[in-house]
Amino acid sequence: MLAEALALSAALFTIGVVGVLIRRNAIIIFMCVELMLNAVNLSFVALSRYYGADGQVFVFFVMTVAAAEAAVGLAIIISIFRHRQSVNLQNINLLRG
Amino acid sequence: MTALPAGIMLLLQEAARAGGAHPLAGTAADWLWLVPVLPLLGFLINGALSLVAVAHPGPADPDAGHGEAKPAHALPPDTAGAHGDDHHPVARHRFAGIVSVIGPLVLALSFALTAAIFFAMRAAHAEEPFIQNYFTWMITGELDLAMAFQLDQLAMVMMLVITGVGTLIHVFSVGYMRDDPGYPRYFAYLNLFVFFMLVLVLGASYPVMFIGWEGVGLCSYLLIGFWFSEKANADAGKKAFIVNRIGDFGFLIALMLLFANVGKLDFLGIAAVAPGMSVAVVTAICLFLFLGCVGKSAQIPLYVWLPDAMAGPTPVSALIHAATMVTAGVYLVARSSFLFSLAPVAGLTVALTGAVTALFAATIGLKQWDIKKILAYSTVSQLGFMFIAVGVGAYVAGIFHLATHAFFKALLFLGSGSVIYAMHAAYHKTGSHEDAQDVRNMGGLRRYMPVTWVLMWIATLAIAGIPPFAGFFSKDEILASVYARAHGSNLAEASLLGIPGSTLLYFIYFIGLVTALLTAIYMTRMMLYTFHGPNRTGEAERGALKEAPWVMTGPLVVLGVLSAFGGWLNLPKVFTDALPVGSTFALEHWLEPVVGEHQLAVTHGKAAHLAAGTEYVLIGAAVAIAVAGILVAWRMLKPEQLVPKKDAPAEQGIERVLAEKYFVDEGYDRVIVQPVYQGSRGFLWRGVDAGLIDGLFVNGSGWLARGFGWLGSAAQTGAVGTYAWVLVLGVIAVIGVFTLR
Repeated sequence: MLAEALALSAALFTIGVVGVLIRRNAIIIFMCVELMLNAVNLSFVALSRYYGADGQVFVFFVMTVAAAEAAVGLAIIISIFRHRQSVNLQNINLLRG
Repeated sequence: MTALPAGIMLLLQEAARAGGAHPLAGTAADWLWLVPVLPLLGFLINGALSLVAVAHPGPADPDAGHGEAKPAHALPPDTAGAHGDDHHPVARHRFAGIVSVIGPLVLALSFALTAAIFFAMRAAHAEEPFIQNYFTWMITGELDLAMAFQLDQLAMVMMLVITGVGTLIHVFSVGYMRDDPGYPRYFAYLNLFVFFMLVLVLGASYPVMFIGWEGVGLCSYLLIGFWFSEKANADAGKKAFIVNRIGDFGFLIALMLLFANVGKLDFLGIAAVAPGMSVAVVTAICLFLFLGCVGKSAQIPLYVWLPDAMAGPTPVSALIHAATMVTAGVYLVARSSFLFSLAPVAGLTVALTGAVTALFAATIGLKQWDIKKILAYSTVSQLGFMFIAVGVGAYVAGIFHLATHAFFKALLFLGSGSVIYAMHAAYHKTGSHEDAQDVRNMGGLRRYMPVTWVLMWIATLAIAGIPPFAGFFSKDEILASVYARAHGSNLAEASLLGIPGSTLLYFIYFIGLVTALLTAIYMTRMMLYTFHGPNRTGEAERGALKEAPWVMTGPLVVLGVLSAFGGWLNLPKVFTDALPVGSTFALEHWLEPVVGEHQLAVTHGKAAHLAAGTEYVLIGAAVAIAVAGILVAWRMLKPEQLVPKKDAPAEQGIERVLAEKYFVDEGYDRVIVQPVYQGSRGFLWRGVDAGLIDGLFVNGSGWLARGFGWLGSAAQTGAVGTYAWVLVLGVIAVIGVFTLR
């Protein structure tokens, strides 16, 4: 049972990583980040069955942080959209020297 | 101490002796330190005056002078043309009066003190050297070096020559240099030279001696280039300095070898253990020491600097480049007699080098036209004679010739200075730019300068070896010593380059005779061309030729007396047997405590005096050769046919080879100077310095930093996506490493 759960977690995480790397839309990248966080949550929960409840405690922390992050991240994305009328990250390159 | 009655003094001395103190303690010898310090004081005062005059120019000061002198041709024509070969400004320094007093005075005081110490030594009959420790110089590891002076009979002879002849030359300088704008600077250097020379002869260890050795080299450099606004003079100074460095390198290596093998550097300490050292080590040390002598005393192959050193003022040539500094090498060998007497191969090398140099320089002297160059090559030749003597272990004969040579060569140089002074005054009057040192422009000067003429003939007869003048006794003793050692000495039993020592010594004796002949010829030639025949100076100038002032001829007279009677220092037995006019071998007895034992070591403990009959034959041969040389020159050379320098045709064939000094300078230039120069330019400068160090190391590190910077800035794209990719790839790589390990 554990192996399947971990395999699923790994698959979700990989999908999240690939999504972050290859997509341009800020909302989708943001969702992919959430997907990675939840993939980690899944492995925490799966492992807590064998190693005690510590993993479940951690999941709550992750969810809390993810919620805060979602709030801040979405606010930033909205702000960017207001300025640029776009959430395409290719056009947002202020860091480029 | 002079207030004490003599009896109490004697008692005190007895008490001191009983307590193990040196017999010289409590005498004038306690003031030994003052002998060199007096000239040092003169240097400080004259140097300060020179600097003060530069820093605060007075209203009467000429523009040209010390420091950055104007080029001579920029001066008005009537101030150009003083002493020396080229046209130096004439302008009396405002401190000339006080410098004229201080410069010679410190030397005279120093000489008086030396004389007092000499009489104290004679009275005390001190066999052991009198060592004075002043302070600890350095203690490093096993080396404990004291700044100490060693007063013994050898040092005393040198001190008397240096301060005595030095005083005369200082007095002469007052007349010769008084109108030079650099007058205080001149006397400062001259006093400093005497200080270093005294340190050289008084040092109780090789390093202390080396201080003096380097110091006199420095002063020589400063005085050769005294008129440094002429490039040729500055170049001559540099040449002397650089050539001497080669010799000093040998001296230093000898010091290191001594320290490595003995662990001590003081003369007494080394002398005590020298007999136990291996002959090979002693020979190596002696040869390296001799390399130092070759540089300082201008022997083949390092003699080339001395003729060029004539660019300095003439009294400098007399004091430094004839009487004292160049004889330092002879003194060094005599001082190291405890080493050289044990190394017959080194001794033969020294004697052979001296002989070849003597002959070589004498042949060049035959065809020189510059009066100072003739004397310069003569000096090189006579130094060769001294090295023959000290090489064969006849240290007394070497020192004897050193002293007599100091007398007659100083006289010859100062006499030539008088002549040049008169010639310059004559040419100066008409504004002519003829060469005042070329004998072709002289001739017939005996009518205008009778005192100088007589005195220079005395010196010429002395150097040629005509009895009873000084040079006869010393040169004869050298030749007799060589002949005596050809049998029954450790030199005769040794061999050099496969040639038995005995054969070599006869060969050296033969070269000595030939050189004596040449010496008589070139000196007579110089005298004939300078003082005899018709005058070639020029119609307008002739009237201005006159004897130099007494401040210059006075020292000449004293030196003339010394040149005539200097032989009385060390009369041979055959002479006193026939003519009881003086004590026999006075100098030999005087130097007995220092070198006597080592002289005997060379000759297996037997005194090296020849049978009276043999000695008569040798003396007869030497005198006959000297007389023959003078007669040959007198008969063959026709001063009437000589034309002034500007009308003279160029020499041809062998004459040209001699006049051009065998093209040795050109050869050195091609074989050593140019390759070094080109190598430095092409390889060391362009290749190593500009290419490797500037190119690879300095600019290369710059390029490297810039390259890394370029790479790093290229990575900083500012695109977050790229960073994410790098991050992920990095994580995968780390995980990969951990899983695959």
